[in-house]
Amino acid sequence: MTKPDAKLTDEQVQHVAKLSRLDLDPDQIHRFAQQLSDVLVHVAKLNELDVTNVEPMAHAMDVTNVMRDDEPQPALPVDDALANAPQRFDSFFQVPKVLGEGSGA
Amino acid sequence: MNPTQTTLLELRDAIAAKKISAKQAVTAYLDRIDQHNNTLNAYHETYADRALQRAQDVDADKVTGPLAGVPIAIKDNLATDWGVTTCSSKILENFRSPYTATAVAKLEAAGAVILGKTNLDEFAMGSSTENSAFGPTRNPWDTHRVPGGSSGGAAAAMAADLCAGSIGSDTGGSIRQPAALCGVVGFKPTYGRVSRFGLVAFASSLDQIGPLTRTVSDAALMLSVISGPDERDSTCASQQPRDYLAEVDQPVSGLRIGVAKQYISDTNDPAVNQAVDEAINMFRSCGAQIVEIDLPHTQYGIPTYYLVATAEASSNLARYDGVRYGRRCDDPKDLIDLYSRSRAEGFGEEIKRRIMLGTYALSSGYYDAYYVRALKVRRLIKRDFDLAFSSCDAILCPTTTAPAFRLGEKSDDPLSMYMNDVYTVNANLAGIPGISLPGGFTTVTHNGTPPQKLPLGIQLLGPVFEETKLLRIARMYESATTHHQVRPSL
Repeated sequence: MTKPDAKLTDEQVQHVAKLSRLDLDPDQIHRFAQQLSDVLVHVAKLNELDVTNVEPMAHAMDVTNVMRDDEPQPALPVDDALANAPQRFDSFFQVPKVLGEGSGA
Repeated sequence: MNPTQTTLLELRDAIAAKKISAKQAVTAYLDRIDQHNNTLNAYHETYADRALQRAQDVDADKVTGPLAGVPIAIKDNLATDWGVTTCSSKILENFRSPYTATAVAKLEAAGAVILGKTNLDEFAMGSSTENSAFGPTRNPWDTHRVPGGSSGGAAAAMAADLCAGSIGSDTGGSIRQPAALCGVVGFKPTYGRVSRFGLVAFASSLDQIGPLTRTVSDAALMLSVISGPDERDSTCASQQPRDYLAEVDQPVSGLRIGVAKQYISDTNDPAVNQAVDEAINMFRSCGAQIVEIDLPHTQYGIPTYYLVATAEASSNLARYDGVRYGRRCDDPKDLIDLYSRSRAEGFGEEIKRRIMLGTYALSSGYYDAYYVRALKVRRLIKRDFDLAFSSCDAILCPTTTAPAFRLGEKSDDPLSMYMNDVYTVNANLAGIPGISLPGGFTTVTHNGTPPQKLPLGIQLLGPVFEETKLLRIARMYESATTHHQVRPSL
């Protein structure tokens, strides 16, 4: 297990911004590095506790998967689903080229 | 009667008895909103024409139900198939939902008249309603102070009588904390009691919808209307709704009230501890037994919450990508650029900060150290409550450490803002219901300004799905006090 870092560098924050798909400028990166470091110092408090043999709890209630019969139900009409689209083409959401040259992939 | 100076229940009964028309009531609230919303900024938008039409339908007996004609405000993170649903975010500024949230649909099916949508911290992330793309809401008790958050618009609207009842959402205290700072009742039910369908997701394992009202009985009535199973939310509990109002006036006999030393800290404002002491005395004089309980993991709630909630948020907010709805940047050079710039332009600072924290806590190499560890501590926090409720019916504690703070006072210090939720987050982590009640007042001065009276909240926490008993206990406190009857002068 990686040991939690007490302090985040600008480079680490830049990496997290990339994972988060957030285009941030260097000033923002630097400010977030400081602020998130402060928060991480605070959350390091959790290391005071012995959590050996404690099962992680992602959900407070005893929930199980809910299934229904596989029967067709009315769905959102295409025009309603596309009504908020920033750009549509025919019955599709339109985005810049995904594959090949100039796709950024 | 003046329909804006009453309780939801009294107004409901007056409309039902045709002592006042629904149209008169709705008109009075719309006029009051016109008069005060410029100062308070509690509402994003109102639906005057729609509301008046609904009111006329009530008066013509075309619309009936337990809330017939009652003017209600809803938080602007609840989807409606009319108007816009913004979440106080630029990224959803023009978003028109194709469907309506179950809780809102249930209110309307019960005859309620939706007046409009209230301000919140962007995506419900915040404790002051200052993180709104459409400006902060101001506290009706002192307009230089915040109303709390994230349901700050709902709490301010309720406190200022700009609605007869309202609904908000509570992920870490977002109903209870603003209710406390604005001097109204705020009720977060058990996780799953109310369907989350149509509630814009922040942290799905913590989010819960609930009422903000003038009185406990009003909250009981609203919960009866909005709760119950929903096939469109598979985490919604299967329990059928109950008539919480029918039982609310029955005191609980043999009542045991738990008090934990971890909540009565020296760092609380002395007035807050005094309000809790007075509540203890009041319950004792009702014949309740006061039980000392131990919640040893209380202090770990904030770090646990800010890892769990941000991790879930980073995943939930991935959907805002500029593709299907919401803001899209100009001239994207490729798909990644479209995602990254649309999100950077559309999200406010706090949203970015939380997405980053959550993404970091879930990222390769840090997942176990942060996220999984937080989930383990979450279990310890829940165990504390399970054990405590074996010896008491409800836990009495403050809702907040202090009364409302001034606008701008904490906005440059995220961590100090996060500490606002120290007494509320644990209920969300454990899934238990909690209610904040008007618990008294304190007088403050700031730099020689005239003394200002500010409300304080006390909180009652109960075991999961024990809302009936929790509301009865809350009503016992309310019926022995007059704090809820005091209104701010506007």
